Amino acid sequence: MQERDLKEKAQILDDKGMRRAMVRIAHEIIERNKGVENVALIGIRRRGVPLAQRLAKYISDIEGTNVPVGILDITLYRDDLTTLANQPQVHQTEVNFPVTGKKLVLVDDVLFTGRTVRAALDAIMDLGRPEVVQLAVLIDRGHREIPIRADYVGKNVPTSRKEVISVRLTEIDQEERVVILERI
Amino acid sequence: MGWSRKDLLGLRQLSAEEIKLVLDTAVPMKEIIGRKIKKTPTLRGRSMATLFYENSTRTRTSFELAAKFLSADTVGLSASSSSVMKGESLRDTGLTLDAMGVDVVVIRHPASGAAEFLAGCIPAAVINAGDGTHEHPTQALLDMFTIREKKGTLAGLKVAIVGDILHSRVARSNIWGLTKMGAEVRVTGPATLMPPDIEQMGARVYTDTDAALEGVDVVNVLRIQLERQQQGLFPSLREYSKLFGINQRRLELTAPDAIVIHPGPINRGVEIDAQVAYGSRSLITRQVTNGVAVRMAILYLLTGGETNAIPH
Repeated sequence: MQERDLKEKAQILDDKGMRRAMVRIAHEIIERNKGVENVALIGIRRRGVPLAQRLAKYISDIEGTNVPVGILDITLYRDDLTTLANQPQVHQTEVNFPVTGKKLVLVDDVLFTGRTVRAALDAIMDLGRPEVVQLAVLIDRGHREIPIRADYVGKNVPTSRKEVISVRLTEIDQEERVVILERI
Repeated sequence: MGWSRKDLLGLRQLSAEEIKLVLDTAVPMKEIIGRKIKKTPTLRGRSMATLFYENSTRTRTSFELAAKFLSADTVGLSASSSSVMKGESLRDTGLTLDAMGVDVVVIRHPASGAAEFLAGCIPAAVINAGDGTHEHPTQALLDMFTIREKKGTLAGLKVAIVGDILHSRVARSNIWGLTKMGAEVRVTGPATLMPPDIEQMGARVYTDTDAALEGVDVVNVLRIQLERQQQGLFPSLREYSKLFGINQRRLELTAPDAIVIHPGPINRGVEIDAQVAYGSRSLITRQVTNGVAVRMAILYLLTGGETNAIPH
């Protein structure tokens, strides 16, 4: 389904709302991990990456400590590769720190079926053995297909399966908001 | 754009966009090779057969490792130890493999066009790992990947290919690929080993090796097959080395940051000096690593779920 076949139904978050949610998540990450010693963030391509970088900045502003940020491409771990007519483009995974023994926070924009996170967990386990893996998402829209839940949620948004959540970030989309789209 | 071909038979029929897609896909594949655990589940349940009618170390091992790193199952057939020795035809061997459920057949064959013939016989994806004097697409792709990795681009580079152009499938694939990517290709070697129509492919022929090397960014040294001398195509190995061998003196004619590549195995002291082959400009070992990454990319792109639309 292309975005051009969809029309905007409602705005869920504006730029201020997104910022507040992310700052809160930054505080929750610090609180739950009793500081940020040994904590590292891993953004799932694409929109999880700028979100992870923002979280790192907020954590740095609050705690005065820089946490490492990695980039994870989960294409090679998808469970639907054999059913796709064309293979999706693979991009580079860039995790330039050892994950073994780290408290990792996976960051993504939308949590939906849980399959992307499942793939990300497999990808991380191939890089090493973290002490703990937590999940931070800007939007949880429900409809899980596997038993996965987020530790940190910006906003829970009940949706129908026909709807699409579109997170738009300045770094990628040149605008800053979250909207619900529906089929025209 | 995505990959829409069933097979990889040569670079002649590929577009610049398709070549770029392979090279771009090989970048994350190389990251996997650098990991402690070199394995992703991507091609779990897929299978690849290598069908080699000629000897090979690098290409065959490289394909097998590429498949294994992506969790595909592999089986290797050599003509010398298979039913080929009983007179089984290429078509029947292909049909047999296909009937066993193989998804990809990697073929090397002394006859030009063998890969294309096989691709027309079976629904499995066919990868040409070298057919006669025709093409060796994965070698050219790994050469281009190595050059691009070092230089950042292929467009506008001057590349000299030196040696037996007449019999070289590596040279042909490189010429097709490099010219499509915007590089200037020069070829040089003995006149007896220079095909008359090579300029129609977009390469420029130089009769003087020193002139061909003047200011180039890349020297691609071809392996000289020793039996060519027995056939009287050049007088002696020593003379070949003197006139066409890449040595330190000749390397100084190239651009200051020029690189040297070679498909391997090298004949030290014939087409390339040990000093050059193991020197700081040589990327021969890196080519081997990159060969695995590029072949992982090819296997990934070719084993899309649905049967790909374009037959070749």
